Amino acid sequence: MAKYLLKRIGYIIVSLFFIITITFFLMQAAPGGPFASERKLPPEIEAQMNEAYGLNDPIHVQYFDYLVRAITLDFGPSFKYVGQEVTDIIARSFPYSLILGAEAILLALSFGVLLGVIAALKHNKFGDYAAMVIAVLGISVPSFIMATILQYIFAIKLQALPVARFESFAHTILPAVALATTPLAFIARLMRSSMLEVLNADYIKTARSKGLSSRVVTYKHGLRNAILPVVSYLGPLVVSILTGSFIIEKIFGIPGLGNEFVVSVTNRDYTVIMGTTVFFSVLLLVSILIVDLIYGLVDPRIKVTDKGAEK
Amino acid sequence: MSQVQLNQSDFEPLQVDHSDAEKIAGESTSYWKDGWRRFRKNKLAIFGVFIIIILGILSFIGGPISGQNYYQNDLMNANQSPSAEHWFGTDNLGRDVFARTWYGAKISLFIGLMAAFIDLVIGVIWGAIAGFFGGKVDEYMMRIADILYGVPYLLVVILLMVILPQGLWTLIIAMTITGWINMARIVRGQVMQLRSEEYVMASRSLGASNTRLMFKHLVPNTLGPILVTLTLTIPNAIFTEAFLSYLGLGVPAPLASWGTMSSDALPALQYYPFQLFFPAFFICLTMLAFNVIGDGMRDALDPKVRK
Repeated sequence: MAKYLLKRIGYIIVSLFFIITITFFLMQAAPGGPFASERKLPPEIEAQMNEAYGLNDPIHVQYFDYLVRAITLDFGPSFKYVGQEVTDIIARSFPYSLILGAEAILLALSFGVLLGVIAALKHNKFGDYAAMVIAVLGISVPSFIMATILQYIFAIKLQALPVARFESFAHTILPAVALATTPLAFIARLMRSSMLEVLNADYIKTARSKGLSSRVVTYKHGLRNAILPVVSYLGPLVVSILTGSFIIEKIFGIPGLGNEFVVSVTNRDYTVIMGTTVFFSVLLLVSILIVDLIYGLVDPRIKVTDKGAEK
Repeated sequence: MSQVQLNQSDFEPLQVDHSDAEKIAGESTSYWKDGWRRFRKNKLAIFGVFIIIILGILSFIGGPISGQNYYQNDLMNANQSPSAEHWFGTDNLGRDVFARTWYGAKISLFIGLMAAFIDLVIGVIWGAIAGFFGGKVDEYMMRIADILYGVPYLLVVILLMVILPQGLWTLIIAMTITGWINMARIVRGQVMQLRSEEYVMASRSLGASNTRLMFKHLVPNTLGPILVTLTLTIPNAIFTEAFLSYLGLGVPAPLASWGTMSSDALPALQYYPFQLFFPAFFICLTMLAFNVIGDGMRDALDPKVRK
């Protein structure tokens, strides 16, 4: 177990090294410097600013500087917002994204599983068709269109919920629903097919023939086994919520990290782009590792150490 | 209580002809024939095919039949509701939304198909080589794929859109730079399973080269899963394009895609919701159609989900 964990952490570090290196050189290759704004700066001032931000050093010096500082999670100052550290920007905006993301994940998991179970129990009946129509529509309607539709109906027409910003629980409902739609639909489909498979398994017949009530059979014997594919979907779920937040936070005017990333991209604020990219990658790689470990705990048939020793 | 009528003839023994046991009752069917038979029965998937065909045709003739073009500004007639002259109304610069919708269809479908095609070529070659040779080759090739796979797809695409000049092909390149990995993984898995089959050994003992084995014998036998993945890649690419255009990183101005049209319609959503409705509706319809086709193909071609 410890060996497996060490090996996985080793891979995460290698991946991160590549990600930092690639983003660094991509940003070097990007056209237009950080100070190339509409207003032309006098050359002396530009030279001085380049000097202050260490842009006059040779590339390899800049690269090693960046690498060393990235290890201590210091991504340097923002180019656009004078006096703000990238780390501060992340620390300020991440809590918003965290709340929104947690809400969306909870929503997607609970309703997705519920919908899938209903569909499987009412196989080929109205409940099944209704649930699957919702699921197919959920996959086909992109999150940003969903967000706009929700805003139009609930905020503009019905005036029931706030249209944007992030101040109270009511503000979080629409963005969380929009963010959850696509993964919810995926989970519902996953849950349905795995539940159908499990309900046909022999041990379910055994449980039934022992005379257990159908509720116990469905929830204690069926659901617990059928939920495994959903657990393995948690990794992609985190990715989907993370990238979905870029656009949802922009649409709803939420000052979260996704929005910060998009703004930094349009501003060409290189240090912020690099910092958020590295931060997103760490978040993602670590959550995938956690999901794998959870998977090993939930399903005793799978020993995580075996997977590490597979080759 | 109804009476059952029994005759003497009902009790006579039947003639058993043992040669019947050897007779083949139906016509023999191939994998593809069988798949097509299953696919045809799936009404939803057939509906999806029709939608795509109709959208494809309209993307070429839609502009001409309305007598409008997609780029003509007409500020006197900006933001009009749908009318006899402008079937889907006009946008904030007075451009005809109907013509723009079908021009956008052309761009969106082109991006979807092209991205899927490039993913297919790279993914199949990469996956086939890794799966066929196995061992160290496989280890290194898949490790590279894993590292690329570790970074979220949209993050990579956005980073590339920042450094490359905006344009249609930039978008396609950005999408395919990590998009092929999924295809490569699927092909690799299939090829690994198949490479120890007897027909491969037979062909090898007849002196077939590795390339021939890979692309004449192994890849054709993985076509089912490849096709399914391909159809599910297309809606994904269309979604990504719309997503980027919505963020303002999509195809640049004279070109119009459904994503840029939706994004343009946003500021005036409260007053002219129909401007958003048309492109958004067609994005959803296209994704729906490709998704149901993909599902139908998986049900028809994947032996694992056959019931």
